[in-house]
Amino acid sequence: MSRESAVAVRAPVHILRTALVLLLAAAWLIPTLGLLITSFRPQSDIATSGWWRILEAPRFTLDNYAGVLTARHFFNNFVNSFIITVPSTLLPIAIGALAAYSFSWLRFRGRNLVFLIMVALLVLPLQETWVPVLRMQRRLGLTGRYLAIWLAHTAYGLPFAIFLLRNFFSELPRELFEAAKIDGQSEFGIFQSIVLPLSVPALASLGIFQFVWVWNDLMNALVLLQDLKKFPLTVAIQSLLGQYGSEWNLLASGAFVSMSIPLLVFFLLQRYFVQGITAGAVKG
Amino acid sequence: MKERGAQLRAWLFVLPALVLVAAYLVYPTVQTFRTSLFGGTGFNPTRFVGLRNFIQLITHDSLFLNVVHWPPSGALVNNILWLILFSGGTLLFGLLIAVLAHGVRLESVVKSAVFLPMVISATAAAVIARFLYSPDASIGILNAGLKALIPGFTPVSWLGRSELVNYALIATGVWIWTGLSMTVLSAAYKSIDTQILEAARVDGASPWKTFWRISLPILAQPISFVALTMIINSLKMIDLVLVMTAGGPAGTSRVIGFSFYWEVFNNNLVGYGSAVAILMLVPLAPLMVVQVRRIRRQESGK
Repeated sequence: MSRESAVAVRAPVHILRTALVLLLAAAWLIPTLGLLITSFRPQSDIATSGWWRILEAPRFTLDNYAGVLTARHFFNNFVNSFIITVPSTLLPIAIGALAAYSFSWLRFRGRNLVFLIMVALLVLPLQETWVPVLRMQRRLGLTGRYLAIWLAHTAYGLPFAIFLLRNFFSELPRELFEAAKIDGQSEFGIFQSIVLPLSVPALASLGIFQFVWVWNDLMNALVLLQDLKKFPLTVAIQSLLGQYGSEWNLLASGAFVSMSIPLLVFFLLQRYFVQGITAGAVKG
Repeated sequence: MKERGAQLRAWLFVLPALVLVAAYLVYPTVQTFRTSLFGGTGFNPTRFVGLRNFIQLITHDSLFLNVVHWPPSGALVNNILWLILFSGGTLLFGLLIAVLAHGVRLESVVKSAVFLPMVISATAAAVIARFLYSPDASIGILNAGLKALIPGFTPVSWLGRSELVNYALIATGVWIWTGLSMTVLSAAYKSIDTQILEAARVDGASPWKTFWRISLPILAQPISFVALTMIINSLKMIDLVLVMTAGGPAGTSRVIGFSFYWEVFNNNLVGYGSAVAILMLVPLAPLMVVQVRRIRRQESGK
């Protein structure tokens, strides 16, 4: 095939390909876009005409957001989501980093075996643990306390934290560790002054992953947090959906309030975010 | 002496993690296995029934497995449907979008759009999907679109009909998880040496042939990684089903994970539900081994 005819064939193919890709992207976006538009429409409009006819009579309002944030303890649920998520993000990073450092740079018997068990536990469905964990919470007097869910999320987050951080730590140059040892630094000193500062990208990926995972978690909160007043947004929306399955003004705005935080994180820190989610895809 | 001190300190670093993982993952799993051998209601069932929960599940629980009526149905069958269509769907769309979007202008915008459902909670995704599927044609765009295209079309309750509900749920799952598959496969596709592709083109291979004979075999490893991830996720599936249909209508959209949740927390059958949880491990245990092997191979490859 001559060069000219190759280009001539390629141009329409390229246009076709672009069109197809844009069509797929539109198909992926339309459901979310529809709910977003709906969240800004007056309740009476939602019930009478589809969101795709918004241009026929464009009317927008913030009433739905005002409504959902003031009604049904929704604002409390929003605050609860933060109370649950922040410690549940920081604790597994700290504890996981200590362990990952030992798994990658210290020597102890059984090190590889214990690490492989951690990797296997990544696949374990958390359902396997809920009933006995609830019993344990009762025995320890943790039932209905935030501490219960913090500890659970920390433990559930550790296999992935250790897996991700060990991968990163073990790539750090050996010379740094040898030099520090000759200088007489302790293991913890090396961890603090060398490992942590050099691992900021991995810690960021992990932190973002864990933050969004816990923020988005429904099941663990629903099962392990036995107090209505402490439920996060996901549980609030789930019960809203059960009771008011057709009040789309509240559902739409409520869903977008809960999505706002992960979406913000996604658009601000896209690279770390995608790395973290891709590495941790089997957790749950 | 010095060596023993170093060993001890190395253990101290992993100790907090080990204690938590043992208390929240390992010990409870063993306990769940024990509980699965007990029957009755209540949170601490005491009546020992041996393997009877398992036998009941497989042979006498039509919502879990029904092979008496053709075609077979129940949570187990639904989960097999999930496994095939969810894994296949995410792989297919992920690969399609990764390859088609490569080098297209707006590539990053397209990818963000597809990745978006991965970012939000299953709960929020369920709200979006229920809105899309609404049987009211002035609310749900799917029914509205079909009504506009097909004369005389009556709106369908996608989540309310037992023969459709599983496909509607799986489609939602594919919509959510394709972003992950696309991201992994796109990164792998971009790392293929362009010189190989160029050489194939110079030799007169069509783009189609180049894709099948060269790109696809190179992508075999990331594809198997995505497939493994999706199979594991389909076996664990629970939240999407709970929020979108609560297993309904009449229990026809149950999956194994959901059955566990329902038996324990709705029907108060803790031993019976635990048996469901243990049955879940049967397909997952070999996948754990595969996962561990994969990691070990990666380690030795370094």
